Amino acid sequence: MLTLKCPYCGVDAEETELHAEGEAHLKRFGPGSSDDDFESYLFMRENPKGVHFERWRHQSGCGKFFHAARCTMTLQVFGTYPAQTLEPPQDIKDKISATYPGWSWREFQ
Amino acid sequence: MRRYSAFAIAREAARFHTGWERAWRSPEPKKKYDVIIVGAGGHGLATAFYLGKNYGITNVAIIEKGWLGGGNTGRNTTIIRSNYLQDPSAALYEKARSLYETMSQDLNYNVMFSPRGVIMLAQTESEIRGYQRTAHANALQGVKTEFIGPQRVKELVPIINLDGPRYPVLGGLWQERGGTGRHDAVAWGYARACSDMGMDIIQKCEVTGVRQEGGKVTGVDTTKGPIDCDKLGLVVAGNSGDLANMAGFRLPMESVALQALVSEPIKPCMDVVVMANTVHGYMSQSDKGEMVIGGGTDGFNNYTQRGSFHHVEETVRALVETFPMVSRLKMLRQWGGIVDVTGDRSPVIGKTPLGNCFINAGWGTGGFKAIPGGGWATAELIAKGEPGPLSAEFGMERFIEGRFIDESVAAGVAH
Repeated sequence: MLTLKCPYCGVDAEETELHAEGEAHLKRFGPGSSDDDFESYLFMRENPKGVHFERWRHQSGCGKFFHAARCTMTLQVFGTYPAQTLEPPQDIKDKISATYPGWSWREFQ
Repeated sequence: MRRYSAFAIAREAARFHTGWERAWRSPEPKKKYDVIIVGAGGHGLATAFYLGKNYGITNVAIIEKGWLGGGNTGRNTTIIRSNYLQDPSAALYEKARSLYETMSQDLNYNVMFSPRGVIMLAQTESEIRGYQRTAHANALQGVKTEFIGPQRVKELVPIINLDGPRYPVLGGLWQERGGTGRHDAVAWGYARACSDMGMDIIQKCEVTGVRQEGGKVTGVDTTKGPIDCDKLGLVVAGNSGDLANMAGFRLPMESVALQALVSEPIKPCMDVVVMANTVHGYMSQSDKGEMVIGGGTDGFNNYTQRGSFHHVEETVRALVETFPMVSRLKMLRQWGGIVDVTGDRSPVIGKTPLGNCFINAGWGTGGFKAIPGGGWATAELIAKGEPGPLSAEFGMERFIEGRFIDESVAAGVAH
């Protein structure tokens, strides 16, 4: 079973007490934005085979949203971090680089 | 191709079965094809078959990274139905269902289509209203379904428990001509027919890159070398996101794991397909006697072809309530497939940002039932370069235009 450490309450939470909330670091576009930007924000997804950044919610716990870096091919978890950030922290990026040198995900690498 | 027939069986029986030929050839790739289809699953092979049959395009290669029909085509629960709410879906899935009716004859290959009937149980008041609405919509669409009461459900499924503690059975949406088919045979039948038309099915050949020039595809790089093409069809289900990455565009899809399981074989006890969408489990009995069980998807992106165990537990728990005899069954095996799910839970059959590259993807958890219809529509799209009436509504542009085919609401469940 997938286990993620909640960066807020510190619990090693099992998948059953978490809820997957989709892609992380989405740039939000609202009224007044172009059709392409709005479509991209609402529907287009990275869906990579490999490193992925995603939002999770500690639903049956502290209830907070957080981010996780995970590999979709091996289910390896590189780490979790609070959601109040626009990009993944350097230590998590380094951990990914140790496993997948030269990785990239959207503009991050 | 030697036709299969009762006479052929008698002939081979008389000579110790030494005369059967291979069902399809396994050639090395040529330098160039008119059309390359990536993905030798049901939809890919059906697309190739109808390219040949309906449009006379037979210089076609179907490239498969694994083995033929080894992805979701060989991993689903083989349910065939067309009781969808939205008009475009009903048209597409009903086309597929009607093609299943004559598929064994059309392909000269027994796909064991068994129109045993499909019930979708209504277990809440809102489900009753939802399915009554679907039954009315189906009547207008020319898809034969009816809403039936609990007593009729009990007559059709004697092993069902109508008075479950949480979700009693209040009725059901009944499609008499829905049913099941032999999923592998569908892939094998199409493959044999494609090979017979001169198409090349190239297995164990992974696409590693999509070669482009001036916004058009010129060919693909594969583990067996580069292959050129005039037109490219991407029909790779769960791997669509990965191939789109190679081709340089994004898709409105995410890939997640969907699991199924089968029990030990038991004597015949249920001769229809039953789907319980509120509690999220569906079940049918295979010809071997195994109860074939499906449930829900995982919530997170995954390419591992195995799912989380707690979903198996949830699915079986739901079924035990509705079918108490399930609690005495031993499960034989469990497996997962990777399905690509779109925002509105309807597939994409349409053009891509690359002019001569077309895509058939996003079938989510319900691609098997659509194989002949999806192949028919995708073949038309590739042959003409423009979508035909079946696929007109299913282009990716529907997301930018806000013209969704919203089946997630219609089914109330990932189907």
